[in-house]
Amino acid sequence: MSGEHHSSDISARVRRVEALLEERGLLGPGEIDQRIDEFAAGGTPANGARVVARAWVDPGFRARLLDDANAVLPEVGLSMAGGLQEQRLKVVANTDDVHNVLVCTLCSCYPIALLGPSPSWYKSEAYRSRVVRDPRSVLAEFGVTVPPDTGIAVWDASAESRYMVLPRRPAGTDDLDEAELTALVTRRGLIGTALV
Amino acid sequence: MSRINDVGGMTGFPAIVEEPDEPRFHEDWEAHVFALNGALIKRGIYNLDEFRDAQERLPVAEFLGSSYYERWFAAITTLLAEKGVLAREETAP
Repeated sequence: MSGEHHSSDISARVRRVEALLEERGLLGPGEIDQRIDEFAAGGTPANGARVVARAWVDPGFRARLLDDANAVLPEVGLSMAGGLQEQRLKVVANTDDVHNVLVCTLCSCYPIALLGPSPSWYKSEAYRSRVVRDPRSVLAEFGVTVPPDTGIAVWDASAESRYMVLPRRPAGTDDLDEAELTALVTRRGLIGTALV
Repeated sequence: MSRINDVGGMTGFPAIVEEPDEPRFHEDWEAHVFALNGALIKRGIYNLDEFRDAQERLPVAEFLGSSYYERWFAAITTLLAEKGVLAREETAP
């Protein structure tokens, strides 16, 4: 893995490639820094959490979300078109009968617009290889015990299609407003490796 | 034929490790590689499928021995060479 020497080597190579591309007019001055800043200001799991909380309080929104997520995201000021290309989004709801969990077995496809950058474990061979073969034990390692009579659906994302989990609303949250509900939802809940 | 990236169902990888409070990028150059890729795709130098393909056809030993963004950079330099934008010698270590 990346030792200090190795890290400075690749760092210098990246800088060299950027400089050469700038010389040849293929990168604008400051273009890379601007992109980094934009990315840092972009998607976070709070976006996905906002979608979930709206679905919990608004049954009509929930039904439309599960039917055609791309069409309803603008209702909460979000979109799947902000990246390199518009991606289809399917939102999958946890129920008594099924617990959903996301993966990208081929690489690291992930709904960045709604969840921000993905965690390293999501991109690891360890997670991608096992969660499709033995999701129940992988979920148990994350502290999620799925009852034996509850099925597990594993959704494998691709370059064109992304998924997000709609967790179940926790019991005892009837008094919370939409903002308070949003604060309950975690990144792992939106991936399916946590209950909320 | 499946490639080395197609790991669904494979066994033998180490345990899943969750890093608490993981930063977006662990090192500055990773953010630069991420931004560089977006800029090159936007400029039409190559497209997203070509980028994925370039990672997936890295030599197996290099693929498995590289970190996530090291793979990205290897794919970028491969594509820049193949598209005639930068010579291999210009991007080599």
